Amino acid sequence: MYIVIIGGGQVGFYLAKELVESNHEVLVIEENSARSAEIAETLGEIVMRGDGCEAAIQEQVGTGRADLLLAVTGADQDNLVACQVAKHVFNVPRTVARINNPKNEAIFRKLGIDFTVSATSAILSQIEQELPSHPLIPLLTLSSGFQIVEIKIPEGARVAGMKLGELSLPADSIVWGVVDASGTPRAPDDALELQGGEDIVVATLVESEEALRAALTETG
Amino acid sequence: MIIMGCGRVGSQLAIALDEEGADVTILDPNAYQFDRFLPEAFGGRKITGNAIDQDVLVRAGIEEADAFVALTAGDNRNVMASQIAQHIFGVPRVVCRIYDPIREQMYKNLGLRTIAPTNVGTRMVKEALEAS
Repeated sequence: MYIVIIGGGQVGFYLAKELVESNHEVLVIEENSARSAEIAETLGEIVMRGDGCEAAIQEQVGTGRADLLLAVTGADQDNLVACQVAKHVFNVPRTVARINNPKNEAIFRKLGIDFTVSATSAILSQIEQELPSHPLIPLLTLSSGFQIVEIKIPEGARVAGMKLGELSLPADSIVWGVVDASGTPRAPDDALELQGGEDIVVATLVESEEALRAALTETG
Repeated sequence: MIIMGCGRVGSQLAIALDEEGADVTILDPNAYQFDRFLPEAFGGRKITGNAIDQDVLVRAGIEEADAFVALTAGDNRNVMASQIAQHIFGVPRVVCRIYDPIREQMYKNLGLRTIAPTNVGTRMVKEALEAS
């Protein structure tokens, strides 16, 4: 595969290294001259100095024949534009953007970026189960704009004791399953009764997320 | 009306619209820019924050905005915020300044209303040279 990487920081460097080791053809575009020289010294002549958001630079490195473009600079807006240039000017089949603000995940998806990776989200999803103030964990965003989220039903929630069929959830929100307190997964049967402490997995639209969180976690 | 970027153009536009009686909000991550470019008498709202963050845009009232103008010095910042305004919040009028003419052409093709000061500026300088 021919893979173009925009941004030769820590993420870009180690991505390039791993991909070269797996015998892919890799080209890194890095704006900083000292940094690009450093990469060339370590990984060989696989780096081009320049602004990876510029179509002229992407053209010089043959982005038109790239199978994949990874935009991993530290700035969300630069990664967005690099991916959009790759998609719309060079028809790169698959673009991946690194993002810092987890809320940009849905935005980037809507703006045509194939896949986003956020260290912030990854870390949050590791610790959110421990944070009582964050009962909603986004698990996955589908290309259709739907998100798969997990919500912990708090003890004493209004919905505790209700059957799935009795819930009134926001439009376009569908329960995919429930994991009970003992860790046993349950199919989303209308007759299934929810209990506090259970995790419920729901497909929803980002704009319904807040309403969904409220519906499932409000107490009293 | 939301203006992103309180530089020379952003502040002048904000002042002019404010004097015309428009409801203006101006955004800049650096609050010093407000002191530097806006007079005491400016009646609009000033919000310190980064407009590529959708929470900041919501705070600025993007959900009810009739127009959004992106005038920071960064093309990518302008492009991202304008696309959020247009495609995520459905703001009816969005204008985006882009210095790089190639990027400007691409985003125009993608449906953004773009302004290309580099092309306009070059033409003006060339005309001035030829006239003198």
